[in-house]
Amino acid sequence: MGYPEYMRESLKMVERTRPQRLEMAKKGLRNFVKPMSEEEREEVLRKYHPDYQPDARREVRVGPNKGELLTAKVAEVLESHSRIDPDNFVIEPPDYETDVLIIGGGGAGCMAAIWARKEGAKVILCTKLRLGDANSMMSQGGMQAAVNPHDSPVIHYIDALGGGHFDNKPELLKVLTTEGPKIAKFLEDLGVMWDKLPDGHYQTKPGGGTSRRRMLSCKDYTGAEIMRVLRDEVRNHPEDILVLEYNPAVELVLDEEGKCAGAILMNMETGEYTVVKAKATIIATGGFGRLHIKGFPTTNHYGATMDGVVMAYRAGAKLLYMDSVQYHPTGAVYPPQILGFLITEKIRGFGGQPVNKYGELFVYPLEPRDVEASAIIRECAEGRGIKTPDGHVGVWLDSPIIDLLNGPGTIEKNFPAMVRQYRRFGIDITKEPMLIYPTLHYQNGGIEINEWCETTIPNLLAAGEVTGGVHGRNRLMGNSVLDYNVFGRRAGIKAAELAKKTTVGKLTIEHIKKYEEELREAGIETKLVTPILLPEYRNLELLKKHRKEFDPFLPAGI
Amino acid sequence: MEERKLIPIYVLGKKYMVPEGSTIITALEYAGFKLKKGVGCREGFCGACASLYRLPGDYRLHGGLGCQTVVVENMHIVQIPYTPAPKAVYDIEELEPDVSVFNRYYPELFRCVSCNTCTKICPQELNVMDYVNAMMRGDFETAAELSFDCLMCGLCSARCPAEISQFLCAILARRLYGKYLSKKGEFILQRIKEIEEGKYEEEFRRLMSLPLEELKKIYYERDLNLEIT
Ligand SMILES: Cc1cc2nc3c(=O)[nH]c(=O)nc-3n(C[C@H](O)[C@H](O)[C@H](O)COP(=O)(O)OP(=O)(O)OC[C@H]3O[C@@H](n4cnc5c(N)ncnc54)[C@H](O)[C@@H]3O)c2cc1C
Ligand code: SF4
Ligand code: SF4
Ligand code: FES
Repeated sequence: MGYPEYMRESLKMVERTRPQRLEMAKKGLRNFVKPMSEEEREEVLRKYHPDYQPDARREVRVGPNKGELLTAKVAEVLESHSRIDPDNFVIEPPDYETDVLIIGGGGAGCMAAIWARKEGAKVILCTKLRLGDANSMMSQGGMQAAVNPHDSPVIHYIDALGGGHFDNKPELLKVLTTEGPKIAKFLEDLGVMWDKLPDGHYQTKPGGGTSRRRMLSCKDYTGAEIMRVLRDEVRNHPEDILVLEYNPAVELVLDEEGKCAGAILMNMETGEYTVVKAKATIIATGGFGRLHIKGFPTTNHYGATMDGVVMAYRAGAKLLYMDSVQYHPTGAVYPPQILGFLITEKIRGFGGQPVNKYGELFVYPLEPRDVEASAIIRECAEGRGIKTPDGHVGVWLDSPIIDLLNGPGTIEKNFPAMVRQYRRFGIDITKEPMLIYPTLHYQNGGIEINEWCETTIPNLLAAGEVTGGVHGRNRLMGNSVLDYNVFGRRAGIKAAELAKKTTVGKLTIEHIKKYEEELREAGIETKLVTPILLPEYRNLELLKKHRKEFDPFLPAGI
Repeated sequence: MEERKLIPIYVLGKKYMVPEGSTIITALEYAGFKLKKGVGCREGFCGACASLYRLPGDYRLHGGLGCQTVVVENMHIVQIPYTPAPKAVYDIEELEPDVSVFNRYYPELFRCVSCNTCTKICPQELNVMDYVNAMMRGDFETAAELSFDCLMCGLCSARCPAEISQFLCAILARRLYGKYLSKKGEFILQRIKEIEEGKYEEEFRRLMSLPLEELKKIYYERDLNLEIT
């Protein structure tokens, strides 16, 4: 396969400008392409970032954040019906009882399970797909932690605060940055194979918006390596941690005092509902990429449908910053089979450069994500992008320059996943650049928490991408792997502590009824039922049409 | 998508017309399946989408990731969302990085007959047989390196005539390597100690009490030092 003929001319221009760009990189790119000033950043964001467009937000008409402007799609999903009919659902006796219920089997959920158990709790961990089928499995670039002598948690804090437009909740950000080094070591002691320098110190790379080298990695399988180790560790404790796969939670359960007391699960294979009664409950359901906000493709895993936020909201938990969405600057736009897939920021960390169709470097490669993404959108909007046969548009991300800068073999060694991904479709990224455009990547906001992951509902905790506040309105690369580890751990510890002193009262799902009433009072008419659980990618009408046209012998029903 | 040419594929023996250029996963969805299993990340990282297929005119059974494999005319496909492979339960703290762990937890490892079937089926193109052999020799470093890109999709195990669960042995090998054998840095311990002793508390207190304007100034004027130290 490879690139179509008509792109050759542009590819040649990229090659032609490469020696000069290499020289600039060697002398320090910052001396030639300056990072943007505050004013420049604001301007490019305002004009080109999808969040700043007039139709990006709308008021949510029900629930704890009623009256606030949220991302339009988020508001739509929140204003929806429950899967459970509160009048007829039998809530007691519960099918399971436990100290701690964890909803979501990604990094945050597994870390929470490990730590809740360490603190003496019995745990049930329910998850939608398999344990580890999660965004956590997919992170390629790395995890930030201030492990270098010339760095510190304070410098890490300042970088993340500026990157987050100063909206981060300070106390959360302080916890995040302060516990980074401890987490790096904890994971190493579990057996995570960090990339190392010959003396055993962690290999670190810069990332977008960082002022120091702070990105720890495990080649470009960082998330997979951490996730499979955490998963293995969770499974080493079958006597204390019960894992229920293909069993998403569909609604929270409260007790008569309004404390969270567990959840209703749905067995996706049989359709059966079960009730888990728990003394403390942790939501760790990750993000919302599969909502395809504004029609963007996404980097997220199949189950990233905002379930946790919806369930918590219906039960009365407050949300923070659900007006802001992260588009990753570099998603694949060609070949079509990998549309929207993530091209890790580490490519730019190693010296990869975004260049336009004339081979010109048009932006400092390591701006914070929203700024970098907006600059790429601008470049395409002003006609300096390359069109794909499917009608998408993108700019080049020059990868071959990495080997010229760092020595031959650097790409193969550090980006095996990326090399393999493109090779499958006939493109050799050590010789040719990648065609990229921003892609829907991360839920910046979420359920509001305090330093110990407590939400505004007693005994309901939350950790990881499902929460809001840690990253303000824009997360820097590497901070969310750190986030799910730091706050997953804290949620586990806190939940175990709460479980020890909690007696659960009579179970209730009155809150579902109240929410339905609120919808009615607000005059909201919708067919949408949530949590969404899995996105719909079938096109049944088109299918019927094609069936008729192409194969009359196939049965019509589906 | 709508304009692409449709080609026939067979799912569990039944014929479906799907757009040329689709991956197995998108082809199944196009054909009307709402997938609840056999798909996770959709990007080649999780191993949930392991599939087996045969191509016309080719007697061999191929393995592939459903989210990464492009369908071919008249391909016969089945998804293998799960390979029964019981994981051994162990306490990583009390193990030693020694070949005896495999004797203890996965003794079948030593039944390998070097048939290379695992290597041939691996969708990650890993040299599975070589990492199995490395584990048998107790060479943890080689086993860890060779198996590092394993997605734990289970196809190697499903095909192994010696009934070995290669990928489970491999994660044990990697964890032992990462924990006990890889070289350890020293500065990290010092950094953790500094933090625990409260070295940064004062600076944090000062910073967190500053008004927004001053924080902005500090941020935009901070020095960039991306050198290795
Ligand atoms: C492609 C990609 C690359 C990334 N790269 C980086 C990187 O380099 N550095 C970095 O710091 N961050 C990166 N991120 C972000 C980071 O990986 C995620 O933000 C983080 O892993 C989220 O962890 P989590 O545990 O909160 O959520 P997840 O890991 O997504 O886990 C959520 C889990 O909850 C389950 N779930 C969902 N709904 C329900 C329900 N109703 N009931 C039960 N279970 C449910 C899901 O199936 C899933 O298993 C990347 C993300 C993606 C998608
Ligand atoms: S398939 Fe089994 S027996 Fe054959 S080489 Fe691989 S591990 Fe050995
Ligand atoms: S080694 Fe086995 S489990 Fe791992 S990716 Fe290859 S076939 Fe799948
Ligand atoms: S769905 Fe995860 S590897 Fe294919």
